[in-house]
Amino acid sequence: MAPTTSATTPDATAAAPARRGLLLRMLPAPLYTGRARALLERSAMVYSRAWLVFVSGVVEPLLYLLAFQVGFGKLVEEVTGPGGEPMSYVAFVAPALLAASAMNGAVFDSTFNVFFKFRYNKTYDAMLATPLGPLDIALGEIGWAVLRGGLYAVAFLGVMAGFGLATSPWALLLVPVALLVSFAFAAIGMVCATFLKSPAQFDFVQLAVMPMFLLSTTFYPLSVYPEPLQYAVQCLPLYHGVELTRGLAVGVLDVSMLGHVAYLLVLAAVGAYFTAKRLAGLLLR
Amino acid sequence: MAAGAETRAATGSRATGRVVGSWRAAWLRVEAHWTWYRRYWRSSLYSSGLQPVLFLAAMGLGFGSQVEAGPATGGLAYVHYVAPALLVAGAVQNAIGESSYPVLSGFKWQQDYYAVTATPVTAGQLLGGQIIWIALRVGIACVVYTLVALLFGAWLNAGALLVVPIGVFAAVACGAAIMAVAATTYNEGERFAAIFRFLVMPMILFSGTFFPIEQIPAAVRWLAWISPVWHGTELARGVTLGGLDVWPALGHLTFLGALLGVSAALARRYFYRRLVV
Amino acid sequence: MSGETADPRTAAPTVTAPMVEAKALVKRFGDVEAVRGVDVQVRTGEAFGFLGPNGAGKSSTMRMIASTSPRSDGDLRVLGMDPDLDGPRIRARLGSVPQQDTLDTELTVRQNLQIYGRYFGLSRAEVRRKATELMEFAQLSDRADDLVDALSGGMKRRLTIARSLVNDPDVLLLDEPTTGLDPQARHMLWDRLFRLKAGGVTLIITSHYMDEVEQLCDRLVVMDDGRIVAEGSPSELIARYSTREVLELRFPPGEQGGVADRVAEFGERVEELPDRVLVYTGDGERALEQVHGRDVRPVSSLVRRSTLEDVFLRLTGRTLVD
Repeated sequence: MAPTTSATTPDATAAAPARRGLLLRMLPAPLYTGRARALLERSAMVYSRAWLVFVSGVVEPLLYLLAFQVGFGKLVEEVTGPGGEPMSYVAFVAPALLAASAMNGAVFDSTFNVFFKFRYNKTYDAMLATPLGPLDIALGEIGWAVLRGGLYAVAFLGVMAGFGLATSPWALLLVPVALLVSFAFAAIGMVCATFLKSPAQFDFVQLAVMPMFLLSTTFYPLSVYPEPLQYAVQCLPLYHGVELTRGLAVGVLDVSMLGHVAYLLVLAAVGAYFTAKRLAGLLLR
Repeated sequence: MAAGAETRAATGSRATGRVVGSWRAAWLRVEAHWTWYRRYWRSSLYSSGLQPVLFLAAMGLGFGSQVEAGPATGGLAYVHYVAPALLVAGAVQNAIGESSYPVLSGFKWQQDYYAVTATPVTAGQLLGGQIIWIALRVGIACVVYTLVALLFGAWLNAGALLVVPIGVFAAVACGAAIMAVAATTYNEGERFAAIFRFLVMPMILFSGTFFPIEQIPAAVRWLAWISPVWHGTELARGVTLGGLDVWPALGHLTFLGALLGVSAALARRYFYRRLVV
Repeated sequence: MSGETADPRTAAPTVTAPMVEAKALVKRFGDVEAVRGVDVQVRTGEAFGFLGPNGAGKSSTMRMIASTSPRSDGDLRVLGMDPDLDGPRIRARLGSVPQQDTLDTELTVRQNLQIYGRYFGLSRAEVRRKATELMEFAQLSDRADDLVDALSGGMKRRLTIARSLVNDPDVLLLDEPTTGLDPQARHMLWDRLFRLKAGGVTLIITSHYMDEVEQLCDRLVVMDDGRIVAEGSPSELIARYSTREVLELRFPPGEQGGVADRVAEFGERVEELPDRVLVYTGDGERALEQVHGRDVRPVSSLVRRSTLEDVFLRLTGRTLVD
């Protein structure tokens, strides 16, 4: 399908790509041309050579799980799980680790990778010289992060089942939850990446991610915190991911889960919107 | 010096440059790092200062609240058990991070190492400066951690003061090893990501930082024995919590000293090989 | 101001030991011999050039002179000293402008200069004074406290040259100083280099641009494949290896065949390049008339003076920049 107009000029509005999805109808053409898939293909090409990165994404949470199995789990026999039931510490931590690793992977993909492509390799400038628009790029990169997150989640869930840590059929829903968490964090991470100027500033990204990883009730129940802190922790996005995965892993469902899902959905939408806006502002000048 | 003065007179030199001593040259590199740090210290606040403190809060206090003091922790509260080990683990991680991409950048991206070795400063002095700088940076981070941990009530006695030099020692030994790796890295440094994940992370998880290595199956426990983090952790716990005899202590010190010596020698060799070709 | 060059040769330097003296200098990288026996002498106060295509061994030679690269064989004296034994002392008196800028992009212009000066044992007060002076020289004073990252390519290059002057070097080594710069930035750099030369600094320049070497150098060697193939001043080399004028004839694609033979008699020598035919002659206009008389119809023709490019073509059968 031959491009009818250049997507690099913001005032070109006559683009008429063959396929018009919902987003296409909602957004001005120069922003989005429905070709985010090209980005996915590119990422897949790049990563097919960097398989080690992939393997490490799978192995890392497993190492954590192993450490909890042989080490931490021996220090703490039981904790209070969802629904107030006591459960083994390893079973308590495992689903939280799944959510946390979905977050970590997504943030890594969307900040480090995007930053280097953006600032140094000028990959996006080259892409915008084609019919691709900034939202194609945003969705493509986020989509890649989500895809990777999904693969890790499947691997992790397999191991959890092997360790006997996923006891409910609801645990299968851990995979879509991991995808949602990946999407939300990838979208937010990408917005942040467009603000970074020096690689040294990645510490700021860590500054946001690490406390979230450690404090979002990943390793101990919310009740450990004094009450005012409990409210603060409940504002953290990862907390909502952890609540979802932990509940589903043991099959304890309740209405509040809809709230957790809504929180993450809003985060994802806001992130995607601002990413496209930032990229358009920075690249289409 | 006399010969230098002669040639200078013979050629009517007007150059103002002169050769400085090795320690001074290394220190000039530290000065350069400091200039950089003065501008960018805020962005390194997290990795140097906050991360270990966060771990102490989350693992020592949060996770620790679930741990019953028992034989595994030597009858101590978990926060006391984990505080010295977290200092060592944090220092090692910090040093390894500072010795990987930043050093590779000197060779590859920024290439400022080549600029330095075009001056009277030699590749060996450049390496020396880098090691001293990392020791200083890690030292600052360790002091900050020690003070914050004090607020948490994580220290039992003044032995905590000795934990700082132990952490710096273990950190610099590991940092020097990674510098040797950086000097032999010619691609974009993909191997560092692998090192962080497959070497550093397991090393910190399974070196007695969070739980005694006796819990690790005997068949793979030797992996902890060759981990510099374990040697540092044993020393650090020994000086604050007691229970460390002289001979094992000397053994741990020797291990770390040997690692530092061998790593620094290798790094020096690779620095020359890369910069003086 | 381009084109015409005031005779840059200053008063003949007094007879002293050469700044650089190389005999049978060799550099090997594994099995590859990058420099295969080079003899050069660079005298005090002159501007000396290494001209040759990429890969000719210029940079390797340069780095050996800069005492950052040990020689594999042969003999080398820089400022009367042996780089293998006195590297730091030699480097203390050299200025070096490498091919890549190697600036610290995360620091400011001023900080780059000051820190670099410290490596030469200068005091804090000295480097402060020197940095101000050099920013003036490099026309970067108004960017003093900007990060290097934000500078243009030409500015970075000027800063790198300024940085190399922080120790008031006796010899300044410039490896491809203007590669990648636009014409305006090149002329600005050349102007700075002329000033340095007038100030008595010995310049050693590598380049694969013949105009650069013609403009800047009193004397040069032409390098090819690790060897020196000719040596002399630009005018000497042109007189020795080329004619006064050159007639360039261009033809439509595919119509150049056989032309070289038909016009051969009108010049002392004829060279055929993929896109044109060169006729070397003392009188280009006359040769052109003769060409037309022979009913050879080029699309365009040009009569020009011989350059070092022609010298290189004559010596190696290849062009410098391809």
